[in-house]
Amino acid sequence: MSGYAHFDIRIPIGALFALLGGILTVYGAVTWSDQALYQRSESIVINFWWGAVMLIFGGSMLYFGRRAMKRLKVSA
Amino acid sequence: MTHLTPIDYILMLVYFAVVLTVGWMLRRSTRTSTDFFLSGRSIPSWVAGLAFISANLGAQEVIGMGASGAKYGIATSHFYWIGAIPAMVFVGIFMMPFYYGSRARSVPEYLKLRYDEKTRSLNAISFAVMTVMSSGISMYAMGKLFNLLLGWSFDVSILVAAVIVLAYIFLGGLTSAIYNEVLQFFLIVFGFVPLVFLGLRAAGGWSGLQARLAQISVERGFDPGALTHAWRYMDDPSRNPIGVEWFGLAMGLGFVLSFGYWCTDFLVVQRAMAADSMAAARRTPLIAAFPKVLFPFLVILPGMIALAVDWHAPGFASQVGIAGGQGIIPPKIDPITHAALLDQTGRVVLDYDLSVPMMLIRFFPSGMLGLGLTALLASFMSGMAGNVTAFNTVWTYDIYQTHIKKGASDQHYLWMGRAATVGGIGLSILAAYVATSFNNILDLLQLIFAFVNAPLFATFALGMFWKRTTGHGAFTGLLAGTIGAAIHHGVSLAAGSVVGVKGGYFGAHIIYRSELGQTFWTAIVAWTTCFVVTIVVSMLTRPRPEAELTGLVYGLTPKPHEADLPWHKRPTVLAAVVLAAALLLNIVFF
Repeated sequence: MSGYAHFDIRIPIGALFALLGGILTVYGAVTWSDQALYQRSESIVINFWWGAVMLIFGGSMLYFGRRAMKRLKVSA
Repeated sequence: MTHLTPIDYILMLVYFAVVLTVGWMLRRSTRTSTDFFLSGRSIPSWVAGLAFISANLGAQEVIGMGASGAKYGIATSHFYWIGAIPAMVFVGIFMMPFYYGSRARSVPEYLKLRYDEKTRSLNAISFAVMTVMSSGISMYAMGKLFNLLLGWSFDVSILVAAVIVLAYIFLGGLTSAIYNEVLQFFLIVFGFVPLVFLGLRAAGGWSGLQARLAQISVERGFDPGALTHAWRYMDDPSRNPIGVEWFGLAMGLGFVLSFGYWCTDFLVVQRAMAADSMAAARRTPLIAAFPKVLFPFLVILPGMIALAVDWHAPGFASQVGIAGGQGIIPPKIDPITHAALLDQTGRVVLDYDLSVPMMLIRFFPSGMLGLGLTALLASFMSGMAGNVTAFNTVWTYDIYQTHIKKGASDQHYLWMGRAATVGGIGLSILAAYVATSFNNILDLLQLIFAFVNAPLFATFALGMFWKRTTGHGAFTGLLAGTIGAAIHHGVSLAAGSVVGVKGGYFGAHIIYRSELGQTFWTAIVAWTTCFVVTIVVSMLTRPRPEAELTGLVYGLTPKPHEADLPWHKRPTVLAAVVLAAALLLNIVFF
């Protein structure tokens, strides 16, 4: 039972998407008024909006992953 | 060529860093060979399920299915709704009890338990060669693509990808590969959902896409709906772009190839074997089937959209160095004259494999482009990793432990597994350099499956469901099936193909409308040959006593209980739901 118990897979998923999403959101906010950049994405500031979606996904994965690991420690 | 900005590289580096950290953190929990090869049989079913689907979501899937979307339209979803779902349900419901229940550590080892050593060795050796080759093809495709798109050096991209994959498998074994496959699953979803959203918006929604594809369909000499209907034009090979009729499709793809892959390929079955219980192992392919039902919208639609939209700014195509072609799909370029290739009718040949990459470049600004390309890189790497983990297990358990060094310590086999990881990746790199160019990676892989995998399902089905089947029968049947495939391939040819690797080397007596048609029928011939020969030889040889077959054959194995599970964890309930969903989608896109 070694592999899984050490750390919950939701932690790396959460970390990856929180990081990627965070970077994209900030980049999207900085480039918000760059019309030339967003011409190809139908004038949607896709970096900001999709970055935010990923940030929320990553954050909730981290939350549930950490909660599961705490429970594991308590029961052990 | 497209130039990436620092933000794109930062996103890629974040992914690489997380991947390597996962491997590093798992190194301490990889102490025995069971940890390394089977994740200590401790993976929960949803993780195993996503890894099951991701191991298959390599380059051939993302690039190849997009390419097929542009070539064949929505009918490409046959590779999912008929060419995957029924087989995934079957392996979960009916076959997993034998794979997981027999405690076999690999698919070839099941063959050893059920039949004999020679059947296992035949399967193990052909599988080992095939995985190394697939991994090499994956690398080759990656090196070529990133060279073309971004001007990266072919050698450097292959080397970097190989070193990263090597590092995380070496450290964390199968668990590491599975964790990274799950990461890659989410990356593909997050990278491709906005692509489809933006693409459909630009194409005027589904109805706008349908209207544009109707014109293209007519230009190609089909009825207007041929690219947007899955079944309507399947009555005759000449009426649909796949060039195959419903029977060849349903039997060749839907039955023989699909069951041969999903039910017997250790690459995917290994993920289910790593699950933490019998019920979890049975649920693994069923959980995988849920995203699989929806994948056509993620990987096929981009290819179809690529035909129907234009570059966002006039002259942009020439900026990226790929003018001409149709939609945003560039023409195939003659490597010598640097002019667009033309077919016999004088029409420009499209480089379909570039459909998905062009979609990323067309719709994603810096930032999202980095994410999309990272998703693509991840799919290449995890395709490689899936092959390498399957290879090191089969090599260590089925070849090394069986034929080279029996009875060594567990630590020795763990060491061997790590050495085989290095060796397997080395051989893959070699294969990548040997790989030659094919228009559609999918066609080549399907061809290889047809020769080696197509007869396999007959061997497994007979072994699991007919206790009279003998080892001699299975072995002879497998050989006969593979030879049958080669003979059929040798006497047939797809219209417009040249005699040689495409078939016809014994004389082109049967002409198919398309290569896929030829591949499907090759599979049908292989399966039937193997089925018949196995039965005949089994009847002539002595059966094994029934007592030895408990846990290996249906009827001699107690049925797994699921009544004590809540309804949403029962394999049969999941199976019914996912089959109904696939049926519904077939009707909607009929």
